[in-house]
Amino acid sequence: MSHQVLASDKSQRPAQMSPWKRFFSPANRYLSPLLITCVLLVGQLSYGILESYTRTLLAIVASLIAESVLSRLYLGKWPNLASAYISGISVGILVRSPAFWPYALCALISITSKYVLRIHDRHIWNPSNFGIAAMFVLASGTVAGLSIQWGNFVWPMIVIWTLGSAIIWRLRRFHISATYVVSFLAFAFLRSWITGDPWRSEIAPITGPMYQLFIFFMITDPKTTVRSKTGQCLTVVAVAAVEMVLRLQQVVYAPFYALFLVGPTAMLLEMWMDSRRVRLQAVHA
Amino acid sequence: MKASLTARILLAIFFLGLLATPLVIKEAAARRQEAQAKLDQSQALARYGFHLQEVSQQAGIHFVHQAPALDPKLEGIMPQVASMGASVSIVDFDRDGWPDIYVTNSKTGTRNCLYRNMHDGTFQDVAAQMGVADENQAGTGVSMGAVWGDYDNDGYEDLFLFKWGKPELFHNDHGQGFTRTTEAAGLPNWINANTAVWFDYDGDGLLDLFVGGYYSEKLDLWHLSDTRMMPESFEYAKNGGRKFLFHNLGNGRFEEVSEKVGITSNRWALAASAADLRGTGHPDLFIANDYGVSELFLNEGGRFKEAGQAAGVGFAPKSGMNVAYGDILNQGKYAIYVSNISEEGVLIQGNNLWVPREGEASLKYENLARDMGVELGGWSFGAQFGDLNNDGTLDLYLTNGYVSLSRTKSYWYDFSKVAGGNSKIIGDAANWPAMDGRSLSGYQQKKVWINDGAAKFVDVAQAVGANDTYDGRSVVMADLWNRGALDVVVANQRGPLLIYKNTVKPGNDWVEFVLEGTASNRSAIGAQVTLYWNGQQQVQQVSGGSGFAAQNDRRLHFGLGQNPHLEKAVIRWPSGRMQTLADLAPGKLYNVKEGQ
Repeated sequence: MSHQVLASDKSQRPAQMSPWKRFFSPANRYLSPLLITCVLLVGQLSYGILESYTRTLLAIVASLIAESVLSRLYLGKWPNLASAYISGISVGILVRSPAFWPYALCALISITSKYVLRIHDRHIWNPSNFGIAAMFVLASGTVAGLSIQWGNFVWPMIVIWTLGSAIIWRLRRFHISATYVVSFLAFAFLRSWITGDPWRSEIAPITGPMYQLFIFFMITDPKTTVRSKTGQCLTVVAVAAVEMVLRLQQVVYAPFYALFLVGPTAMLLEMWMDSRRVRLQAVHA
Repeated sequence: MKASLTARILLAIFFLGLLATPLVIKEAAARRQEAQAKLDQSQALARYGFHLQEVSQQAGIHFVHQAPALDPKLEGIMPQVASMGASVSIVDFDRDGWPDIYVTNSKTGTRNCLYRNMHDGTFQDVAAQMGVADENQAGTGVSMGAVWGDYDNDGYEDLFLFKWGKPELFHNDHGQGFTRTTEAAGLPNWINANTAVWFDYDGDGLLDLFVGGYYSEKLDLWHLSDTRMMPESFEYAKNGGRKFLFHNLGNGRFEEVSEKVGITSNRWALAASAADLRGTGHPDLFIANDYGVSELFLNEGGRFKEAGQAAGVGFAPKSGMNVAYGDILNQGKYAIYVSNISEEGVLIQGNNLWVPREGEASLKYENLARDMGVELGGWSFGAQFGDLNNDGTLDLYLTNGYVSLSRTKSYWYDFSKVAGGNSKIIGDAANWPAMDGRSLSGYQQKKVWINDGAAKFVDVAQAVGANDTYDGRSVVMADLWNRGALDVVVANQRGPLLIYKNTVKPGNDWVEFVLEGTASNRSAIGAQVTLYWNGQQQVQQVSGGSGFAAQNDRRLHFGLGQNPHLEKAVIRWPSGRMQTLADLAPGKLYNVKEGQ
C-alpha cells in the first residue's frame, strides 16, 4: 500500500493554511496512516475483519523493526516510520492466516524488498504488494487473502468509498483510483461477455474491502508509481488489463499479481525514458 | 544506498532466506506426512495403537447416498446448494444391547435405512419393516439427519427426523415398529433444518428438542419464486432459518418456546450440541453457523442468554459445520471442536478447538486448534472425539470434502469471486456462475488425529487406513460389535456409507457405561460420567446429538491405557443426583440405572 508519505506540495505553503486544511493537505505525511488506521478500526469494531488484533500487531511491529534496523544499517539514518506502519497494517489486514509466523514473515519480506530490489537507488515494487504476492505464491497452504465483505449492508461500503475518495482527492491521487475503477468495470463487462458468466459476478470483487484497500492504498503509492499523471493513468489501465487476463485464467489474487507485474515494468520504462531523455539532451548540448 | 557491497550481499542472502522460509516449512510438513503414510497395517498398529479397516460390504451394508435435486432455477449451482443430507446416527432401537445404525438419503423418492445389528458382524436393513424408510416423498422434502431420544420415557428410543421439508417424529413401539406422531406432537409443517438436538433444557425429566434452520423455513426449495435464496453474506449472514425449541409437555405434545426462552437467531445453523459447560446442572447449547459466527446459548435455569462473543467463540465469523465436545486434556472439562473451511491458496479459516481458559470468573475459551495441530482439515464437515486406541486420551476423527466432480477443474475461483461481493450479489443464486462439473474442495484426505496426551494431536489417517476421499459429512463412533473398541461410521454425500472397523493393540484397556435415567429422562441424555483412574480423570456425557447431522451411541466408552487402576466413576444425572460407582474393573460394560 501507500508506503511513501506524499511529497510536499510546493504550490502551497502549509504555514499559511488553516489547521483543518493543513491536516488534509498532501504535506501531512500522517494522513494515509490515519486513514488506514480508521479503516482497520471501523472494520474490526463493526465486523471483526481481522484474523486477530495480535496478528495485525505482530505485522506492524515486525515492519517497524525491520524498517528501523535496515534504514539504520543501510542508509545510515533513522527512518520516518509512517511508511513502514502502512506496510505493516496492510499486511495485517490483507493477509489471512490462522498462524502467526506469516504475518511477521510477510512484513519482513515487504520491508526488506525495499532495500534489496532497487534500481538507480529506487525500489520498484510496492513493498506490501511484493510481500503479499510472495506469500500467496510461496505459502499458499497457510495464507489466504482478505475475502470478506464489510458486513451485509451497502452503507459501510459507501462510507469507505466516500472517505477514501475524499482523502485521495486531497492527496492529488484520485485520478489513479478513478481510472482503475473505470478500467476494472469495463474489463469486468468484457469478461462477462467472454465467459458468459453473470456480469454481477464479475463486478462482485470490487464491492469487497480487499479492493478498496488495493485501490486507495496500494496502486496510489507515490514511491512506486510513475511521475506523470498520464503515465499513472496508463499504468493502472495496464494493471486492470493484466488483471483481466489473469482472471480469465481463474487466478484468485489477480489484482495483486497484476500490480506485481505492471508496477515495476512501468517504473523501469520511466527510468529508461528518463535516461534516454538525458542522453538526448547531452547529445544536443 | 550507503552500505558496502558485502553488506548488500548479506542483505540479499537474508532476503532469499526469508523467501525460502515458507517453502522449507512446507517441505518439512510434506516429508512428515509421507513418512506416516508409508506404514503398513502392523506398523500402524504398533506405532499408533490401532488400525481401521473399511468393512461395509462384508457387514452387508451397500448404502449409497443420493443428493437432492432442488428447483431447476438452481441447476447451475445444484451440486453446491444441494450438498448436504448424508447423515448417520447410532441407536439401540430394539434394546438388544447391540448398536444399530440409521442413515438418511436425500433424493426425492429414495429411502432411509435402519440397519439392525445381527450380532454376527453383519447388519440388516429393517427401515421399511419398521416404518421409517419412505421419508423422502415428493412434496414432503428430503431427509437431512436424525436424532434419537426417549421422549415419553417408555424405555425405547424415539426418532426425530429433520429435513429440508416436513420434520417427522416417530414413536418407537417397543422395538417392534414406529408410529408417526408428528401431528399429535404439534410440530410445524416445514423447516429447512440441518441440525437437531434432544436435551432436557428445563430439567423436568422430559426430553425437549432443539431444531436449527439453515435455509429459511419460508422457502420450499423445490418451488422457488425467485433465486434470492442464498446467504446475504459469506461471513455475516442473518437471513437463514429460524431456531425452534420444542418444550416437551409430557403428553406427547410439544410447545415451541424458542423466543420465550431467549433463543432467537436467523443465522445459518449447520450443527448444534448441548452440554453443561459451566457445571451449573443446566445444559448449554452451542450452535455452529455457516456464513457467520458461532452462538453459545448459556442456560440460566430454563432461559438462555447468548454469550458467544463474551466467551470468545462468537467473534471471528467462519463457516461452522460441526460441534463436538471432548475432555481432550483429561481435566474434567469439555473442549469444543468446530469445523470450518481451509483451501490452500484461497481461504484459510482454520478449524476451531475451543478450550476453556483456566482461572476466569466467567466462561472464556481460547482457540488452540493450531497449537494442538487440529486446525487444517480442508473443507471440514463432521468430527467426533473418541479414544480410538484406548490409550486414555480422546482422539479426533474429521471427515471433509465438499463437491468432488472434475479432478482437474476447480470452481474455487468463481466461488471466491462471488463470495466476497456485496449482499445483493451473493444473495442471488442467479449471480453465481454455473459449476459446469467443476469440483469445490473435492477428493480430500480425511484426518484422524491421535492425542499424544501432551496437548498435541498427530494426523495418522493415511497410516491407520482411513484413506477414502469421498465427500464426507457425518461421522459417528460406536462399539459396533461389543469388543471394547470404538468403530467409526462415515456418511458421505453422493457416496457410500463407510464402516471403519477398529482393531486396537492388545493391552490397552477400556470400560463402558450404559446409563438409564429414572428421575431424569430415561435416555439419560445430559448425564455425565467422570471416570477416575491412575490418578487422572476424564469426563464424558450422553449426548442427544453432536458432530454434523450425527449422534454417537448413548453408550460411553473410556479407553484406559495399560494396566489401569480404576478408582471410581462419578455420575451426575440431569436431575442433579450424584452417583458414585466403585469397584470397577476394566474390560467391562456397566449398565447403570439412576439411583440404583
